[in-house]
Amino acid sequence: MLTFESVTYRHAGGVRPAIDDVSLELGEGEVVGLVGGNGSGKSTLCLIAAGLAPRIVGGTLSGRILIDGEDIAPMPMHELVARVAIGFDDPWTQLSGVTGTVYEEVAFGPANLGMPRDELVSRVDAALSSLAIEQLAARDPAHLSGGQQQLVAIAGLLAMGPRHIVLDEPTAQLDPSGTSLVANAIERLASEGASVLVVEHKTDLIARVAKRLVVLAGGTIVMEGAAAELLADPRLRDLGVREPSAVRLRRRLVEAGLDPVALA
Amino acid sequence: MVGPLALAGLVVLLPAAVARVVRKLLRATLLLTLPVATSVLVINVLFFPGGRDVLFQAGPVTATREGLGLAIEVLLRLLVISGAISLFYLTTSAAELTTDLERRGVSPRLAFVANASVQSVPAMLERAAAIIEAQRARGLDTEGGPLARARGIVPIVGPVILGAIGEVEQRTLALEARGFSRPGPRTLLWHPADRPIERAARWLIVAALVALLAARALGWHPA
Repeated sequence: MLTFESVTYRHAGGVRPAIDDVSLELGEGEVVGLVGGNGSGKSTLCLIAAGLAPRIVGGTLSGRILIDGEDIAPMPMHELVARVAIGFDDPWTQLSGVTGTVYEEVAFGPANLGMPRDELVSRVDAALSSLAIEQLAARDPAHLSGGQQQLVAIAGLLAMGPRHIVLDEPTAQLDPSGTSLVANAIERLASEGASVLVVEHKTDLIARVAKRLVVLAGGTIVMEGAAAELLADPRLRDLGVREPSAVRLRRRLVEAGLDPVALA
Repeated sequence: MVGPLALAGLVVLLPAAVARVVRKLLRATLLLTLPVATSVLVINVLFFPGGRDVLFQAGPVTATREGLGLAIEVLLRLLVISGAISLFYLTTSAAELTTDLERRGVSPRLAFVANASVQSVPAMLERAAAIIEAQRARGLDTEGGPLARARGIVPIVGPVILGAIGEVEQRTLALEARGFSRPGPRTLLWHPADRPIERAARWLIVAALVALLAARALGWHPA
């Protein structure tokens, strides 16, 4: 379980808090979607969840982040990364840039943890098979499509062995087929018991993978509830969140004078 | 001149021929040494002090045979040095090198930096090629005379450098998220093969170096 307890965070030199009194809980096997307009604090919340803010990026934090009831503040970074993994939007910058094959790339993170070689190999094999990308193992990561690179990056996170995964716009730079690969991967991870926090502008993806939705504005949670209901809420558009295509289609049809009951 | 020539043949060209990279090696070496070689040639041929055997005279400058001799010797030395470096990069896999360095106790961070700096060159070239295409699509003239080309460099270099700097922040976070800053040794997935012939070659190089230093100390100097 990943828990935020009254978390407030200010960037270094920031006057206003970027995250303001946020409390949130992610259960085992639960996928929570996080949406909000630009500058609402989504990415900052991801960095906080992964322990990168404030310890790497600076700033000040009050409140607590707990992993399975344990405060992450005193945990060394290398212990934390084995429990909470974070993925970013750009697949290219997430790759280490120093490996010649996908297999080595996926092994890069767990190898940093200094585990026995046998365990390393079994983790890499498991991560590749969990995302169904074993066939890419011998390929050069630099020469894969964006979607495949993002899957390799996620496999690299999984091989660290975390139970909690934070994905900050994992499909921002991907085409529909790449987006679909990532959506499959998220569903698979959740089915294996991982809790996943997904930030996305593409609400179609959120509608597909998330059961619960959290809406952020000005660093504060302004709406929270079942994803299917909230994504159809017209107030989301005012908060800078694009509605899923199914909701948009329904709204346009209604605006054109068609009966929603008949449509249903 | 005999010394550098023998070295060029034995240490650079012969191994390059065995590795079948002579053509690539010559191109890389010539490109690397061209700017320095040009200045070495001009300065030594035209301004060698005490040169007596005049080749030609043009106004205040006099080209001498002694200057030309020295220029050729320095050039050969330069070619041997840059040729050896080029040969190393053409025949050694960066991943194998850094893995082996780590196995021998070099810090993983140092090995990563060494590896990343080599691997980032092709990535940078790819990025530059993509930016050139994008700028061309917006009407940038990257062809034509030297002046037009020079003008075209500015809108390409800016995005390449800024893009690379922009990547650094996210790459740093991504590395941190993968346990890169953990102290202590990393697990090595594999060990590069170290064949007996490679070990023998390494010892031969050390022995040759010692022998050459000893010969020089005893007063031996090839003509």
